[in-house]
Amino acid sequence: MRFLFKTHYNQDIDHLKHGGDRFWYGLLLVLVAAAPAALGTFYLGELNLVMIYAIAGVGLMLLVGYTGQVSLGHAAFLAIGAYTHSLLLGAGLPFLLSIAAAVLVTALVGAGVGWIALRMTGIYLAIATLAFAMLTEQTISRAEWLTGGFRGLAVPQASLFGIPLTQGWQHYYVTLALLVVTLLAALNILRSSTGRALVAIRDSEISAESVGINVAVYKTLAFALSAGITGLAGALFAHRLGYLSPDAFTFLISLQLLLMVVVGGVGSMRGVIFGALFIGFLPQLLAIARDTLPAQIAQAPGLEPGIFGLILVLVILFEPQGIFGRWLKIKSYFQMFPLYRRATHRRQKTYLRTERLR
Amino acid sequence: MSYLAVEDLSISFGGIRAVDDVSFAVDEGEVFAIIGPNGAGKTTLFNLVSGIYFPDGGRVRFAGRDITSLPAHRIAPLGLARTFQNIELFEHATVLQNLLIGRHVHRRSTALSHLLFLPAVRREELEHRRRVEDVIDLLELAHYREQTIANLPYGVRKVVEVGRALCLEPKLLLLDEPTSGLNPEESEDMGFWIEDINRDLGVTVVMVAHDMGLVSRVAGRVLALNEGRVIAEGSPVEVQKDPAVVDAYLGAD
Repeated sequence: MRFLFKTHYNQDIDHLKHGGDRFWYGLLLVLVAAAPAALGTFYLGELNLVMIYAIAGVGLMLLVGYTGQVSLGHAAFLAIGAYTHSLLLGAGLPFLLSIAAAVLVTALVGAGVGWIALRMTGIYLAIATLAFAMLTEQTISRAEWLTGGFRGLAVPQASLFGIPLTQGWQHYYVTLALLVVTLLAALNILRSSTGRALVAIRDSEISAESVGINVAVYKTLAFALSAGITGLAGALFAHRLGYLSPDAFTFLISLQLLLMVVVGGVGSMRGVIFGALFIGFLPQLLAIARDTLPAQIAQAPGLEPGIFGLILVLVILFEPQGIFGRWLKIKSYFQMFPLYRRATHRRQKTYLRTERLR
Repeated sequence: MSYLAVEDLSISFGGIRAVDDVSFAVDEGEVFAIIGPNGAGKTTLFNLVSGIYFPDGGRVRFAGRDITSLPAHRIAPLGLARTFQNIELFEHATVLQNLLIGRHVHRRSTALSHLLFLPAVRREELEHRRRVEDVIDLLELAHYREQTIANLPYGVRKVVEVGRALCLEPKLLLLDEPTSGLNPEESEDMGFWIEDINRDLGVTVVMVAHDMGLVSRVAGRVLALNEGRVIAEGSPVEVQKDPAVVDAYLGAD
């Protein structure tokens, strides 16, 4: 077991708490940086998709895991990011500038949605965001003069500092760099008073108000941040798709994003990465499983969404903390061996709360 | 000019006048207790003062400012902090994080600088942490610093809530039943802390209490409410003997 001897408050503020953290995260960075040399084009592309999912997941996690606001409409933010980026790129804006503009536009839309949905929580918020996603999908398919509707929109070739991005590994490094930046920004928010205000709203709006947190402002901010980050993922997703059409951003995508956050582990940024790996590689596993299953089951329509839904239900029932929670339990089992008790992680009783004030 | 002045405050829920023309004044530096049987309107009165409810009539003045129509998040930065009867902590955060959230009104940096975590933000965080540690020392919470609220016993949660309110560095502290659900030993500690907070930190305290032992020990003046109306005001001894108060608690004849 590791015992930390703390001598400065900075040790609680720093992202990497001790030598072990620095070693393992350094190793991880080296491994993902070296991945293009070891992986084939197909798996590199899949890993790129996983990282795009992870960026969107960071955005959704800020909203769902840290602010406690559910969204079933994040596919819409992904779509807005993708379309804005493609259109601006087509209009001749440089790659990075176009991405920044896509993030900004999506964040503004997100702030608008957040502001409208201020008074809604739980299931009502989920329905409102779902409605927003459908509205966005419809708007994109009808506004043919701008988006090309169902005829689609070709995503222009991107180039960074004059070098055209044509190879898979080039996109991989762009995504990796942006994922690292996004993660750092999100973690920075979380270790400052803004992030604490979000957590406060998640756990008790009434007390957040009474310690001076303007709940309306911070909820809107959370939506804006979450949407902006998802818009960034959307812009990268556009290059992965190559050709945008409204049916690339259906309800199933929103559900996958939410599934990623829940399966990974609500309330943890590491959970996002686990969740993204899960979501990214599940279709591959299903494809492999299809080959071995009898044809009646393997060819059944709706198999994928069905399995996604089933996993969501099972995770919520049996491991509400997701893969990350399971990881923590396994870790403490080995740390405390042979003294680990199951009760260590049992959820404690919650006491009466002033429900009527909400 | 009194520090906290409540004038003819009223609010109705449906047909019930939960608070009915209540007036009282609290001077700077005193410990003021509000007592009354269940349903007397004590907590509602707190919710009106701290901006969670808005009154149907009457006014609340704090430090010379009319705060009647200000929402709770605008009142807190003026130096008014409160606790809740049924404990409203941030359950899935640690004690340290809860206390740091209490420092929200003292933040100076913007969300944009938090995104980049500029050196100024780090300096501010260190400053918050030092202030929070002072509160941890005062309330002897060091042992629980890294624990999640959901894992803490009830008595400790009560103390953490007072700690979070203190992190606002308030001038006026509203305590809603600080000793309810505590065992005699914990109640006694709470009494000492209330005295310390009042004397050493110079915080004016207004508390709702059921525990007359605590009230007579720490409170200078007492206000008794029943069915939303003031029935007595004065020193603890006077109020306890007041026939209207005895009636309210025990029933007339």
